[in-house]
Amino acid sequence: MATEGAATAVPSSSGVSGLDLVKLTKVFPGGGVAVSDVNLHVDHGEYVVLLGPSGCGKTTTLRMIGGHEFPTSGDILLDGESLVYMQPHKRPTTTVFQHFALFPHRTVLQNVEFGLKMHGVGKEERRKTSLEALEMVGLEQLSDRYPRALSGGQQQRVALARVLVTKPTALLLDEPLGDLDRLLQLRMRVELRNLQRQLGLMFLHVTHNQEEALSMADRIVVMNDARIHQIADPLTIATKPATELVARFMGDNNIIRGKVVEREGTRLVVEDDHGVRVSVQAPGEATSVGEPAMVAVRAAAVEVVENVGGPALNSAECEIVFVEFLGDLVKLHLTVGGERMLAKVPGERYPSFRGREGEKIRISWREDDGQLLHA
Amino acid sequence: MRRRRRTDWAKWALGIYFVLFLIFLYTPMMLMGVLSFQGVYGAITFPFRGPVGLRWWHALFDSSLPSSHAAEIQSAGAQSLWVSFAAGAIVAVLAFTLSMAFRRKFPLQGLAFYVIMLALMTPGYLLALGTQLFWKFMGIDTSLWKTALGTNVVWGIPFGFLVMLAVWNRYDYHIEEAARDLGADQKRAFREVTLPLVWTGIFGGFLFGFTLMWNDYDRTVLLLSGSEASTLPVQIAGLTLTTAIRPDLYALGMATTLLSLFTIALVLGVVGVRLRLRATPVHKVEEEFGLGGGLEVESEAPPSSAS
Ligand SMILES: Nc1ncnc2c1ncn2[C@@H]1O[C@H](COP(=O)(O)OP(=O)(O)OP(=O)(O)O)[C@@H](O)[C@H]1O
Ligand SMILES: [Mg+2]
Repeated sequence: MATEGAATAVPSSSGVSGLDLVKLTKVFPGGGVAVSDVNLHVDHGEYVVLLGPSGCGKTTTLRMIGGHEFPTSGDILLDGESLVYMQPHKRPTTTVFQHFALFPHRTVLQNVEFGLKMHGVGKEERRKTSLEALEMVGLEQLSDRYPRALSGGQQQRVALARVLVTKPTALLLDEPLGDLDRLLQLRMRVELRNLQRQLGLMFLHVTHNQEEALSMADRIVVMNDARIHQIADPLTIATKPATELVARFMGDNNIIRGKVVEREGTRLVVEDDHGVRVSVQAPGEATSVGEPAMVAVRAAAVEVVENVGGPALNSAECEIVFVEFLGDLVKLHLTVGGERMLAKVPGERYPSFRGREGEKIRISWREDDGQLLHA
Repeated sequence: MRRRRRTDWAKWALGIYFVLFLIFLYTPMMLMGVLSFQGVYGAITFPFRGPVGLRWWHALFDSSLPSSHAAEIQSAGAQSLWVSFAAGAIVAVLAFTLSMAFRRKFPLQGLAFYVIMLALMTPGYLLALGTQLFWKFMGIDTSLWKTALGTNVVWGIPFGFLVMLAVWNRYDYHIEEAARDLGADQKRAFREVTLPLVWTGIFGGFLFGFTLMWNDYDRTVLLLSGSEASTLPVQIAGLTLTTAIRPDLYALGMATTLLSLFTIALVLGVVGVRLRLRATPVHKVEEEFGLGGGLEVESEAPPSSAS
């Protein structure tokens, strides 16, 4: 399907529909590796979120797809055709930039019309289509304003209308909600997602906000340090992190780091330095007894059992360090011989934990909630 | 209490300092203005010799008046105006295009920056001397429209260049990328987006080129050929050396100053209207011309060529 490596390779073509990144790599002069060996397939009509901490190469990936950065090696294919040598204005992709990048010297309507004007659409039709697009984002009455006289949310909508009128095959969004206040962010999440469903377009959305990614994406791509760590649907990302990084970045995971002490079939038992034993199903893993291993258990999957003592497997005796009440849930910060653990229990149970810092407590979880991590 | 009184004193002191500063700056000009309205027996120093009249102003325009320098002054003025326009235009274009190169990193960028800045540091008279020697050596005659204009352009470029660097410094490149994304090729994006956003900086470069040439004596005087009409500063200097100084020079000084003030007012008016229309984040005229963050940029601008 894909060519080997370099941007200098002959553009390949295949019958695949959708966007493909093939071994995409970007090394900036001076040696900074921004994107390393990224492979990704995105279908038409799919909403994919690139998620990762600051500086992990999300923007650079998007810029290479949009044609604003030239890959060091690798290929970008849209419906089987390589985009690598295509100038940005010829690519069927458009970007909503992080700070919207509206044209400050043009009115809202002129901003939206710009793409059509560049594509040689006549004046009347241009105006009509643009006003329709503005209507779609609810801004038709502000069409004569200049961008400076708009709020962040309004600018955001203008940016959307401006790219949508050009009917792109793929829409690239670089932290499109980053500049908005929280309430507006929540509203725009829904609006953006609805718009995408309505249009059936491919959206590639970059963010460092876990919640935003989980709530909007069909699939999430977690990146760190120029590499992809995991590609999966939101539920899998949230409950079955593939690597330690994903588990930590998604937050509220207990990570038990130890050695494999038992193995029967696909079931492993891992024990850490403090005697905490956790069993986990790991089909297809070749880890054998004695090797180091890591298991993640979500804080929300942890049960708090009052009776001290009991089975040692998938359970631990902890000391309560801090009880954090968050309204509809309680976070119990715990420690097992210096190792931090976290349990999330429903808010109603707050009274039974209040003021019990320093006391011992037993937690347990089900084997299914254990997830073997890769380094 | 004590603290408040001290602040008041500081205000007073600064106020007085400011008034003194204004006097220092503008009294000479006002005195010139006053003395330019003297009568026939007017001289260049006080006391004021009446009757009050426009005789010396008249002498600027009417060459039939006895011992009027109107002819020389007018031809020098016209010459100055045209050559200054030319200098401004050339500086604007060259400084702008040079600064375009600095939008990206390139090898030896730091060195290139200092080479451009060199003309700013070199004493004008020495530059003119060097230029004169060089062309003599090449067997080409110096003249206003060739060597003098050229030397002034070389001098003006670093000014225009710095203005443009400041402009690029607060320029959002994503706007250009957005234009490319929406289907504009490089030329189109330049015309539709880049130019409208930075033309005030280019105009700033023009103003620098214009005023530097308009006021220049050092660089021009050595590089004129003997026969041609000279520029206004050179002409005035010549008059003060060869003939008795008379109040018509004061009238001339006032006239050029008024012209400058008028031009400045016009420019501010144009830019002000434009700013209001466009309502960009730039609220100050000096920022619009790229003069706002000038110093900051100067220290940041030369990126190390190694990296
Ligand atoms: N033009 C450039 N020259 C050199 N290095 C760059 C350039 N652009 C980005 N980088 C580096 O590449 C890495 C990835 O940058 P990128 O902008 O893709 O990160 P990001 O994931 O979008 O981060 P953020 O969430 O902060 O926007 C960073 O280490 C950055 O410093
Ligand atoms: Mg980014």
